[in-house]
Amino acid sequence: MTISRRDLLSQSGKLLILAPVAAVPAPPRRASEDAAAGYDPSRHRWAMAIDIDKCIGCGNCVRACEQENDVPAGFFRTWIERYQVSGADQEHPKVESPDGGRNGFPPSSNSNAKEFYVPKICNQCSESPCVQVCPVGATFDSPDGVVLVDQSYCLGCRYCVHACPYGCRYIHPGRHTVDKCTFCYHRITRGLTTACCEACPTGARALADLKDPRDPIHEFLRVNKVHVLKPHMATRAKVFYASLDGAVR
Amino acid sequence: MGRPATGRGRRAAADEEACVPGKLKHAGHLIRPAVVLLLGFALFLLVRGAVVPATFGELGHYRAASLDEIRQQAPAFAGQAVCAGCHAGVTAVRASGKHRAVACEACHGPSARHAADPAAVRHAPLDVVALCAGCHEKDSAKPKWFRQVESKEHSGGAPCQSCHQPHKPEF
Repeated sequence: MTISRRDLLSQSGKLLILAPVAAVPAPPRRASEDAAAGYDPSRHRWAMAIDIDKCIGCGNCVRACEQENDVPAGFFRTWIERYQVSGADQEHPKVESPDGGRNGFPPSSNSNAKEFYVPKICNQCSESPCVQVCPVGATFDSPDGVVLVDQSYCLGCRYCVHACPYGCRYIHPGRHTVDKCTFCYHRITRGLTTACCEACPTGARALADLKDPRDPIHEFLRVNKVHVLKPHMATRAKVFYASLDGAVR
Repeated sequence: MGRPATGRGRRAAADEEACVPGKLKHAGHLIRPAVVLLLGFALFLLVRGAVVPATFGELGHYRAASLDEIRQQAPAFAGQAVCAGCHAGVTAVRASGKHRAVACEACHGPSARHAADPAAVRHAPLDVVALCAGCHEKDSAKPKWFRQVESKEHSGGAPCQSCHQPHKPEF
């Protein structure tokens, strides 16, 4: 068999270019499916506004989340903490969250301490540490800004559980894969609010769409002293707290 | 052909022949590794096609189809609009009272199954006193603007609804 160097190189070049085209089937289109469901992820960017001055620690949000998402007992996608800060000792607040606050809190009558409730939930970070450490791409940022978990792809390796600075993830005791707040993705993509926001009696928390110019979040961010949890972690959290005390971790 | 047919001579002759343009005598040395490389590459693509899920990488480093799978979950809370759709009377009463911003399901619980089949799925009766106390029991950690009472001393054990109408509480 004789073949010139020029022919050999040009033939193998063509083969190299054509082989992937032949081997990889074209992925099915999904954009049309989303349009059919009437939801366009590119037009939303989900966030949450939490007003500390409105939270009464009733636990409605915790129970609603549990009922909506079948959260196993002893695990929490959202929970409430009660802070008691004595005098000038900002560094050592007393923090309690009996059963995640799902049944409320025993009444306090501490006149010497600064007290308040802090609802906690996945902060839906724009730069999520959990997404960065996932070795298989099972946890990801959705196009509309929600950090989600692909349950059928998660290995249950727990990297993300360790990486989350807010302690918002747990291993589901039945599935042995990671589980977390989805911002009720199945609800918000149908035009409903999250279960916790629906059940909150005082409006302490409100789902927000940063891409909607008419959303009250813009007024909320403008008129309140707003903070996010652990800004030094550079996670660019999207759960915004009004009246958040410096003692909160 | 006066040259002696030594091994070195034959090699030299072959080299000369190989250098003739258009004639590549040792082309096999190039073709064999090229074939091996191409087969390896094709094998890689086949394995990759079989192992990587269909929609992986379409929107990012994840399986794009999982978005739709997550959306399949059925809501348990119907939402305020659904409640108001049937219970217009009590919704109107509530709208003029202090509890106007409290959603129906905040007290009555998840109602999507009831809304889907109102006759078959009924709400369990509520423990009104416990519900009231769940929010309004005095607690120094609650914000000061929020109405709070020490229920024992406030009502003396009488049920809240004997004075207050839960859908439109008067004080």
